[in-house]
Amino acid sequence: MYFLKRLLLIVPLLLVISLLAFVLVRVAPGGPFDRERKPASPEIERQLKAHYHLDEPVWKQYLRYLDGLVVHGDFGPSLKYRNHTVNDIIAQGLPVSMCLGMLAFGFAMGVGVPVGYFTAIRRGHWEDYSGSLFAVLMICIPGFVVGPLLVMFFAIKWQLLPVALWASPAHAILPTMALGLYFSGRIARLMREGMLNTLQAEFITTARAKGLSENAVLLKHAFRLAVLPVVSYSGPLLADLLTGSFVIESIFQIPGIGVFFVNSMLNRDHTMIVGLVVLYATLLVLLNLLVDLAYVLLDRRVKYD
Amino acid sequence: MTDPKLDPQSTSPAPHRSPLAPPPSLSPNQRAWRRFRRNRSAVLSAWVLAAVVLLVIAWPIGLKLASFAGPKGAAFSQASQPDKLSDDQFQPPSAKHWFGTDVHGRDLLSRVLYGAQISLLVGIVGAGVSLVIGVLWGAIAGYAGGRVDSVMMRFVDILYSLPSIIFVIVLITTLEGVLKNWLTAIGSPSLGKSARLLFLFIGLGAVSWLTMARIVRGQVLSLRQRPFVEASRALGAGPARILARHIIPNTLGVVIVYITLTVPAIILYESFLSYLGLGVQPPMASWGSLIAEGADQMNPIRIYWWLIAFPGGLLVVTLLALNFLGDGLRDAWDVRGES
Amino acid sequence: MARRSMPKQQPYSRTKPRPLHRVLPIRHHASSIPFLLLPAVCLVLSGCVRPEPPADLVIINGTEPESLDPATIVGIPEMRLTKALFEGLVRLDPTNAQPIPALAERWDVSPDGKVYTFHLRTNATWSTGEPITSADVAYSWLRALSPGTAGDYAGQLFYIKNAEAYYTGKIKDPAQVGIHALDAHTVRVELNDPLAFFLDLCTFPTLAVVPHQTIEKHDYRWLSVRPLPCSGAYELVAWRLNDKVRLRKNPHYWDAAHTQSDIIDILPTGSPNTALNLYETGVADIVWDKELVPSELLDVLTKRPDFHTWDYLGTYFNRFNVTRGPLTNELVRKAFALATDRERITRKITRGGEKPAFHFVPDGTANYQPPPGLPFDPEQGRRLLAQAGFPGGKSFPHLQYSFPSAASGAARLQGKIAVELQQMWRDGLGIEVELRQIERKVFYAAQSRLDYDISGSSWIGDYNDANTFLDLFTSNSGNNRTGWRNRRYDELIHQANRQLDLKRRAELFRQAETVLVAEEAPVAPIYFYAGFNYFDPRKITGIYQNILDEHPMQYIRKVKTQPISRIQYSVFSIQSRRAANN
Repeated sequence: MYFLKRLLLIVPLLLVISLLAFVLVRVAPGGPFDRERKPASPEIERQLKAHYHLDEPVWKQYLRYLDGLVVHGDFGPSLKYRNHTVNDIIAQGLPVSMCLGMLAFGFAMGVGVPVGYFTAIRRGHWEDYSGSLFAVLMICIPGFVVGPLLVMFFAIKWQLLPVALWASPAHAILPTMALGLYFSGRIARLMREGMLNTLQAEFITTARAKGLSENAVLLKHAFRLAVLPVVSYSGPLLADLLTGSFVIESIFQIPGIGVFFVNSMLNRDHTMIVGLVVLYATLLVLLNLLVDLAYVLLDRRVKYD
Repeated sequence: MTDPKLDPQSTSPAPHRSPLAPPPSLSPNQRAWRRFRRNRSAVLSAWVLAAVVLLVIAWPIGLKLASFAGPKGAAFSQASQPDKLSDDQFQPPSAKHWFGTDVHGRDLLSRVLYGAQISLLVGIVGAGVSLVIGVLWGAIAGYAGGRVDSVMMRFVDILYSLPSIIFVIVLITTLEGVLKNWLTAIGSPSLGKSARLLFLFIGLGAVSWLTMARIVRGQVLSLRQRPFVEASRALGAGPARILARHIIPNTLGVVIVYITLTVPAIILYESFLSYLGLGVQPPMASWGSLIAEGADQMNPIRIYWWLIAFPGGLLVVTLLALNFLGDGLRDAWDVRGES
Repeated sequence: MARRSMPKQQPYSRTKPRPLHRVLPIRHHASSIPFLLLPAVCLVLSGCVRPEPPADLVIINGTEPESLDPATIVGIPEMRLTKALFEGLVRLDPTNAQPIPALAERWDVSPDGKVYTFHLRTNATWSTGEPITSADVAYSWLRALSPGTAGDYAGQLFYIKNAEAYYTGKIKDPAQVGIHALDAHTVRVELNDPLAFFLDLCTFPTLAVVPHQTIEKHDYRWLSVRPLPCSGAYELVAWRLNDKVRLRKNPHYWDAAHTQSDIIDILPTGSPNTALNLYETGVADIVWDKELVPSELLDVLTKRPDFHTWDYLGTYFNRFNVTRGPLTNELVRKAFALATDRERITRKITRGGEKPAFHFVPDGTANYQPPPGLPFDPEQGRRLLAQAGFPGGKSFPHLQYSFPSAASGAARLQGKIAVELQQMWRDGLGIEVELRQIERKVFYAAQSRLDYDISGSSWIGDYNDANTFLDLFTSNSGNNRTGWRNRRYDELIHQANRQLDLKRRAELFRQAETVLVAEEAPVAPIYFYAGFNYFDPRKITGIYQNILDEHPMQYIRKVKTQPISRIQYSVFSIQSRRAANN
């Protein structure tokens, strides 16, 4: 019931977000058709704007947009890629971004959770120091440095992997690593924190006192609760990953929608931006819902009203 | 959105003391400080940070002094100015230029150290801005509860769903012009020059306060039930007083730790903006802009490695130190540590 | 909670490997299964990228094309693509960029130079089989002029009788525009005035022939139709944004016998380093966009045999806002121009062999001898500045030099040039100019509103004639953006464009340009662009360098020869992957 209520709240939330994005992108000065080479006559500019209804008052444009979106499910034509609609572009790019995102998520979890776990249970020993150093190092190096570094070594020097593009499973390896390493650091830290917190809990001491093996204590009981911060972080993390990363997609020339998040704002592609924002918000809300569901499964103490 | 995360510690009563233990002679703060001192990596990080800050402050002074120290010193000081263009492009590190030179023949060491000022300032002030907004928002929402809380947190949720790059670009494009005109009007054109910098301080903080608000709200929600708050209310203290004197100081532990994690995040975001061409204005440098320029250098043919290694190395070391310091602070002040 | 000290941690056994089900508690937590299964599923799915036959030629063309509709495109990468897909009446010879017959096999010009009669080939057909007739030509040109199409380059057609009136809506009847289909294979065009470069104009993509049958049915999404009727040497197989554009030889093209490569892949790339990496590892055969060259490497690249550079029809220059402050005085503007050390900029910053520019129209423009312009003479600049009332730069008002922000590519050079200019003006004139990097769209909007002091600008010529550069600064040109209006200049340009005698024309243009760069100086040219491309001349034939950077794709062929090992470079030794595969 609680979850149903939250599902219903998505619609007004999306409306507000789309309106906010709609207004924001029009507030920024400069329009989609401003460029170095202007049309030779101002008449052409006027026609261009009229063609896309940009000369109408904002509320009218928004109503027109809503009509297209709600009635036809159409996000409108892109103002930059004028032969494509936003739906086209998202349909082409989203599967690729999702694929890369899921791979990076798996990588980040696969590396981050064990590292966090072991640094927590081996606290104070060399495993802790090296694991923590690794985790923090990963979150301190910007992505546009990690990417080219990986390319330089794996693709160019040792020629093990392709340099860029997205044409085979081998092409997915470097971008996954480049994207996943940063998040594996964050997840490792969250896992470590969660584990350390949980190991202090009363029930752990009880379990130990009852004579359970260390393994059982750690894994059966502690891990389950310790992974909660990671789980709650997974929601926004997945939303970010599934909609693609601008830096990674630029460096590796991957045809996802990540580049559009930044570029469409820089290009003032109104329809694209609003479409992407609505997409991102929907994903975020749905994933947060899933995360809360996972909470209920993981931690029996949690109940929603 | 309810926050179901349960923290076993927060609902526990005050710690008992065994009758055989020695009477407590140290205040909680002193105890925390002792714990902190025992954490080797945190102490090391604190020293590293202090060293960086010292270097950053001392270098311009050192250059100034050198210019008075005879002809050789003056020449060194001149050549090492971060804005001094020369024909010695792309020189590798040498005795004359310890970190080498860049495309304009400018000394990289100076640029890195002057850039450190900008980066650290952006990080600290930006974190400060996000602190102020976040703490106020979260505290008010958490304490007020009910309708007000709901509306305020809905607002946070909505802003959370907006990619921050949109805000940043809107802010840069609209506010910067306004800021510039205002600064030029009240001060002088040279003050107007720092409009972009000022915008970065405020703007980056303005996109980072959301998580802080959530965390503070969570803390306040649990603090609100505590006996000492009830006692305060019973004694007739108004909400503002309770917030200011009791609640916010008790959130400071979490907040301070979060600050040490926000500063690196803001510095990295500034570097991302420089990568897009929206960061600090040339000829000013920040670590972010130096690294963005250096990242262009990674190609298979010839790498001017010093352009990326030095700024990148210094950035990584500083951010590492900040992170470990934050961890250490949290371990020390939070009751999670060992006694 | 009673504080207890932690029991001594039992170190986990290091000798026995931990079984998987103990490390990852799969059995207990259903919610963790998705974490593990989904990546696996995705890995499998990602392998299901449709296998395509490899292309004969892979070209990196620049950024993703905004559109492939010839009537609406503005950018150069787009134009290269549309020229392969949609041909016009005339095209450019690949060796010397002169107009040669395309869909029109011959043409007659009336003695007064105002009426052109084009005779179309009878064997020209669309890639889907229908014949191309003069009705198609008339449709395409009128469409480019139609307000509904909102094409940026419609102005190219305004030289045709009544074209501008039709565009602005003063005339509603297209029959009144000077484009008539006399019969199925004859088109007559009437111009307002005789135009020396009209044939060059006809090669422009705006005047290419587009399929009315598809456009009328599908409106702006006509390019998504497959099969797409194409009039050029290639047809469009696939267009995936940020992934690739795949072209296939059009067998119905009138000159299909001479089309060299069957399948061409065009890869879009924004980053010069990625383009270089793709080329070095053999994924791409050609990289041909001057924005995609890492400028720090140019001194090494220019020495390589597979790196080509030549003069390009474009200029980088400074615009002065002549309506503001001290810049209203031409002495001040000339002082700035005289204090600009172009040679230093081309040597230190651009490094690709660009030529310093003292006049606006690039050297090598057809039928034209430019005037000398203002040299680099800071001494003279200081004198002029003193004459203008600011001796030694004293009490000179605060000015800003603005330039657009750029994420990557050669556009980043603008910031570096700005830093050098600031220093030059400081040392040479004693003037402190503030640098402002403005976000791209805001920059162009501000420049249009004349809300700047000095700004960095560039202009690429549309066709090989001085007019494409000089008519920028006529009083009512939308691309003027300096606020400069000069009757004499306008008159000279207007006169020149009515001349059929090329010598007289060149003389008039020369006089106009002298006013522009030497007398009034609303602009200060800095350097002429150089074109760059990478390809191995032993493997690729059919690319000829010309000032317009015009390389029709149908003549390019990759020769399959014995692999030649690459030259070793100092940092990493690189061997071509393709060499290993061949």
